[in-house]
Amino acid sequence: MSDIVHLTVDGKAIEAPPGTLLINAVKRAGIEIPAFCYYDGLKLQAACRMCLVEVEKTPKLQVACTLPVAEGMVVHTDTPTVHEARKGMVEFLLTNHPLDCPVCDKGGECELQDMTFRYGFGESRFLEQKQHIDEKQWSAVVYFDRPRCINCYRCIRVCDEGMGLTALGITNRGVLAEIIPNEHDHLNCDECGMCIDICPVGALTSGMYRYKTRPWEMKHVGTICTHCSNGCKTTLGVRNDEIIRGNNRDRSGLNGEFLCIKGRYAFDFTHHAERLQSPLVRRNGKLEAASWSEALAEVAKNWTAIKQRGGRFGVIGSTRTTNEENFFLQKFARQVLGTNNIDHHRSGDVPTLLDALSGRTDALATTADFYERKAVLIVGADLSQEQPFLAWQVRANVRHHNAHIYVATPGPVREDRVAAASVRYQEGGELASLENLREKLRAEPELVVAFGDAIQGDAVRQLVNFGDSLGVPVKYVALLDYSNSRGALDMGLLPHLGPGYHAVDTPGMSLAAMLADESLDALWVVGANPLGRHVLAASKPFVVVQDLFLTDTAEHAAVVFPAASAYEKSGTVTNLCGEVQRLEAAIKVAGTKPDLEIFGLLAREMGANLGIWQASKIFEEIRGSVRGYNIPLPILTTGGAAQTAALNGHVPAPPRAERIQAAHNTLFTSGSLGQFSRTLQVVLEAPGALYQGR
Amino acid sequence: MLYNEPNPLETRVLTKRFGIPNSEKAEVYVANGGYQAFLKATGMPPEKIIEEVKVSNLRGRGGAGFPTGLKWSFVPRTSPKPKYLICNADESEPGTCKDRLLMEYDPHQLIEGMLIGGLAVDSHKGYIYIRGEYRYLITMMEHAIDDAYAHGWLGKNIQGTGFDFDLYVHTGAGAYECGEETALLDSIEGKRGVPRMKPPFPAVAGAWGCPTLLNNVETYSAVPNIIRDGGAAFAALGTPKNGGTRLVCLSGHVNKPGVYEIPLGYPMLEFIEKFGGGVRGGKKLKAVIPGGSSCPVLTASECDIIMDYDTLAKAGSMLGSGGMVVIDEDTCMVKAALRIMRFYAHESCGWCVPCREGTTWLRKMLQRFHDGMGQASDIPIIGQVSKNMLGRTFCALGDAAAMPTISIVEKFREEFEAHLDGRPCPYEHKPAMALA
Amino acid sequence: MTFSPALEARFAKLLTIYPEGRQRSAVVPMLMYAQDEVGCVTRELVEEVARRCGVQPMQVDEVIGYYSMLHTKPLGKYHIQVCTNISCLLTGGEELYEHAKKTLGIGNKEVTPDGLFSLEEVECMGACSWAPAVEVNYDFHHHVTCEKLDRLIEDLRKLK
Ligand SMILES: Cc1cc2nc3c(=O)[nH]c(=O)nc-3n(C[C@H](O)[C@H](O)[C@H](O)COP(=O)(O)O)c2cc1C
Ligand code: SF4
Ligand code: SF4
Ligand code: SF4
Ligand code: FES
Ligand code: FES
Repeated sequence: MSDIVHLTVDGKAIEAPPGTLLINAVKRAGIEIPAFCYYDGLKLQAACRMCLVEVEKTPKLQVACTLPVAEGMVVHTDTPTVHEARKGMVEFLLTNHPLDCPVCDKGGECELQDMTFRYGFGESRFLEQKQHIDEKQWSAVVYFDRPRCINCYRCIRVCDEGMGLTALGITNRGVLAEIIPNEHDHLNCDECGMCIDICPVGALTSGMYRYKTRPWEMKHVGTICTHCSNGCKTTLGVRNDEIIRGNNRDRSGLNGEFLCIKGRYAFDFTHHAERLQSPLVRRNGKLEAASWSEALAEVAKNWTAIKQRGGRFGVIGSTRTTNEENFFLQKFARQVLGTNNIDHHRSGDVPTLLDALSGRTDALATTADFYERKAVLIVGADLSQEQPFLAWQVRANVRHHNAHIYVATPGPVREDRVAAASVRYQEGGELASLENLREKLRAEPELVVAFGDAIQGDAVRQLVNFGDSLGVPVKYVALLDYSNSRGALDMGLLPHLGPGYHAVDTPGMSLAAMLADESLDALWVVGANPLGRHVLAASKPFVVVQDLFLTDTAEHAAVVFPAASAYEKSGTVTNLCGEVQRLEAAIKVAGTKPDLEIFGLLAREMGANLGIWQASKIFEEIRGSVRGYNIPLPILTTGGAAQTAALNGHVPAPPRAERIQAAHNTLFTSGSLGQFSRTLQVVLEAPGALYQGR
Repeated sequence: MLYNEPNPLETRVLTKRFGIPNSEKAEVYVANGGYQAFLKATGMPPEKIIEEVKVSNLRGRGGAGFPTGLKWSFVPRTSPKPKYLICNADESEPGTCKDRLLMEYDPHQLIEGMLIGGLAVDSHKGYIYIRGEYRYLITMMEHAIDDAYAHGWLGKNIQGTGFDFDLYVHTGAGAYECGEETALLDSIEGKRGVPRMKPPFPAVAGAWGCPTLLNNVETYSAVPNIIRDGGAAFAALGTPKNGGTRLVCLSGHVNKPGVYEIPLGYPMLEFIEKFGGGVRGGKKLKAVIPGGSSCPVLTASECDIIMDYDTLAKAGSMLGSGGMVVIDEDTCMVKAALRIMRFYAHESCGWCVPCREGTTWLRKMLQRFHDGMGQASDIPIIGQVSKNMLGRTFCALGDAAAMPTISIVEKFREEFEAHLDGRPCPYEHKPAMALA
Repeated sequence: MTFSPALEARFAKLLTIYPEGRQRSAVVPMLMYAQDEVGCVTRELVEEVARRCGVQPMQVDEVIGYYSMLHTKPLGKYHIQVCTNISCLLTGGEELYEHAKKTLGIGNKEVTPDGLFSLEEVECMGACSWAPAVEVNYDFHHHVTCEKLDRLIEDLRKLK
């Protein structure tokens, strides 16, 4: 059989591989065939009949979205019959459509509006009464307005195929056919909003965005989600310095159109009423609003004194701040405060993995590998809950490439439904359980292994040994928690490792050691809430906190600086696969400053010179000095993701092994930050739980 | 008791046992020549069975008239997957009521036909999909099946032939669309009866994704006769390419409505006269729906034709499901069009846009029109909207809705005009539709 | 939910007649037979059938709305279905339906206050050659006239 098919479309000769659908093949000739129900990557429907074209030697019009190209096929997409058919379909769709475009959220972005404009009649011949059905609220996130629905089944498919959930169905028949939620009158689902954004019309709308604004009144800012470590691009719609919606309809970023509830809706912490908008200084035992200069001076005075008397500092960095901030922070700690007592909340054993894979150039998986590689092994993670985008990739890989998925977890997970094999283990039995998969894995041509915090320290090396013993190419990922957990490691927010995993001369205290140190004199916490879970052993340390909210940790502070969130700053972040992407500031919240600026101001106040605190300048320094970060700038500046290079050389182990304990967020939690997202708080499914098979 | 008097002019092939008491008993069937064709078929190579069916010129009696032998030959008999046999007993095409009789009066003939089908395509499991309204028939069919099991005509090693076949009844639940073969497959899988994309055809990937042979009740019921007497004998009853007899369901304005078995090629007007006893009340014939409500309507002057698939196609209509509806001169054709469209709007599965929206639009427009609120401009719009559906829907239900409507608007335009300007329906004041 | 032994036996058989792992096929038949006993398709029945067939309740909801014979509200003890489709229309089906509405004092898909009767205008029920036709529950009545219908209703009323 020939591997190329020749056909003629509107007189133009085109070629396409066999099996290509006509609707896609014509794009090569710059021809567009209109479609509602056809959706790239989802199952074929042939329901909307918008894509009818003439194919010579067939009496009836043909459906281009399901018709594979054939040798010698002659197609016409621009004839009176085709135009009349399209007009007819648009006219049919409008018969029961309410035409309430002026108040519809989708107005201006609606595919039905566009099609009507391009292919429809000028006036309606429909004189009958339209059918009315009341709008329904299915959840805090999802609203459904049946009259606007054109029954394209995109929502059903994206939930079933894309999310692996089947939370939407359809009941009734004929003109009364109607989309329904899984719990009869409400939804119990991921609340991801995929269905809402994929809806070509305003039938599905979100509780977050409804009736808030018109699309053209917003500016759109593409940035990286601050919640988990998958690094999804989210395009924030902004009006008057307020984020009004998030989506990724332009499919930019490594996530395509995917976003989970956090990436799409949990931006609302930015305008939470309890957001700190002024520095606070403790006076007479109480935190009181203070000016920036007062607060900065207070900190500089105390730190200088502590430093002079040889006191002990502890610095805890953040997993949501940028690479530039993290780099600057560790420099500040090491050079200005003179301490290696710096750490952050670690969630995965990347250093050991990098050490175990040292020298290999093709052993670190990218997020794309989860979609492209023939087999994926997941060890110790509830992927759909903890790593939503990777889970999406895995499902798409199964659908589109028949990939084989293997699961080793302590309890049921959603991936079981698509898995070639699942094994369960009891804590400690992780590696042993893999032996049950060995034979199957050996038969795979290649493998991606993703592992959670259950595999750490020596177990990481054993896992790599296991991978090596399979005799097939294996790539690895250590699963992490937050948007820049990986960057915190790479930038050296570690007591024993500096940027790029270089050993420091005298390792400092770890996070746990700092908290347990009764003689700690100063603790500086940036964008973290260690006192949410731990107690501070030292009785009277001077605590400085930079955060968005008055967290448990901030409650203990002497000085609190109101920080800007990731959506309010620029810089770069690195996702769990080591893919570096750029943040774009969407809004500015009055009274706050990006952490980088706070560091800079503090350095200046201390009379230290750490260089200019401009993100782009610092990133240049990172590129020049941090192992793996010499990545091509154009990729970043054009909104792409560039993976850092593998390490060549030894990564020293910490002097004392400490248990890494990830946060294990579900889809509806996001550490302390999640408590300030109304969306995450109000959905019925929150807070969710792991290993429920959901 | 039969529902209508048989007519001596009938050619009774499929109906020859009609009226014999205790039809659900296998013994009664055997005593009347039953199951002999199956035994004969067990001695025939499968290709020969299919060949015989091809020779018979039997065409699908469900409506589409596809050559049955050809369809059987499409089933990949050597496929390692299980193959299923399905009988379409959804009988929902308005005007059609014959499958009911075949199941009620000769259930074992159907079972035997399916057994032979099973031999031909190497299938060992069959389902009869019976519309939910026929609950009494479901019960009867279950009794007949139980009795066939009890007497070794179903189950393992049937009559020592080494052939196994299990047969079950599946109830529908009220949906015309489930008569469409692929919608039926989704329905039997426990889903909404929404048609599937073709290809793959059911013969290759049907019920539960496996090769499936699907035929109408009458089609299967014809098969034992073909095998017993030979395909050629069956073919000879009809016209070229239109083999055998048909059960025609005569209804509407005739003196003697009823289901009658006649050879294909029988003249239509003669049938109305000799079987139906002519138009009721001595009235004039206005129109005939030749094979169920999906067929384009023929005017009286178009009815001087013989009844076979090809001739009706030439006349611009279809032989369809055998439901012939006779319409007299006092009938309002706008009303007829409206009632037909109400049916399709009610039965559209809603999957595709033109049928879902088009049938309801036309229903509303025809209703308004019949209520006297029509405008002259509506008349062409009714035709145009129907044509926007025709040939553009996902399955043939859209065509089935469009075709009669287009024919009525084109052929009876003056009746539409007579409803204009707020005039009441010109037919409604007549006490026309008096009861029989 | 518990059902009569006869229904349980039917359910048990239904779960065996479809291929292994394809018990979803039993959803519609189960609902059809169960609603006769339960009165209509209740939420409880939906959950029960979903459980027995191993499907999500939503998948049962999907079919209930699709099939016109599955009812989520109780019908009368005698459900009177009058066909007004083409063959019946031509022979007086519509007049019959209007008459039934008057006699019973209820409209389409309504139930008499005593719960004895419900009425439905239905599509062709496969009795066209013996039209007009009426189906009471699952019993066919052919060549029905207004007088015959009145008598039928009277008889049923006496029967209770
Ligand atoms: C809307 C629609 C309804 C149909 N209803 C029936 C039916 O009730 N019974 C039937 O046998 N065929 C019906 N058919 C035809 C079937 O799709 C199919 O062609 C037939 O059952 C095949 O069997 P046959 O070849 O023996 O006729 C219907 C087709 C359509 C498009
Ligand atoms: S919000 Fe997401 S999970 Fe919920 S129904 Fe929509 S697509 Fe499915
Ligand atoms: S709700 Fe939207 S996406 Fe879903 S079927 Fe309707 S129009 Fe399509
Ligand atoms: S034509 Fe379309 S809507 Fe109508 S029954 Fe067929 S698939 Fe369903
Ligand atoms: S895009 Fe082809 S039918 Fe909808
Ligand atoms: S039209 Fe009434 S039973 Fe067929």
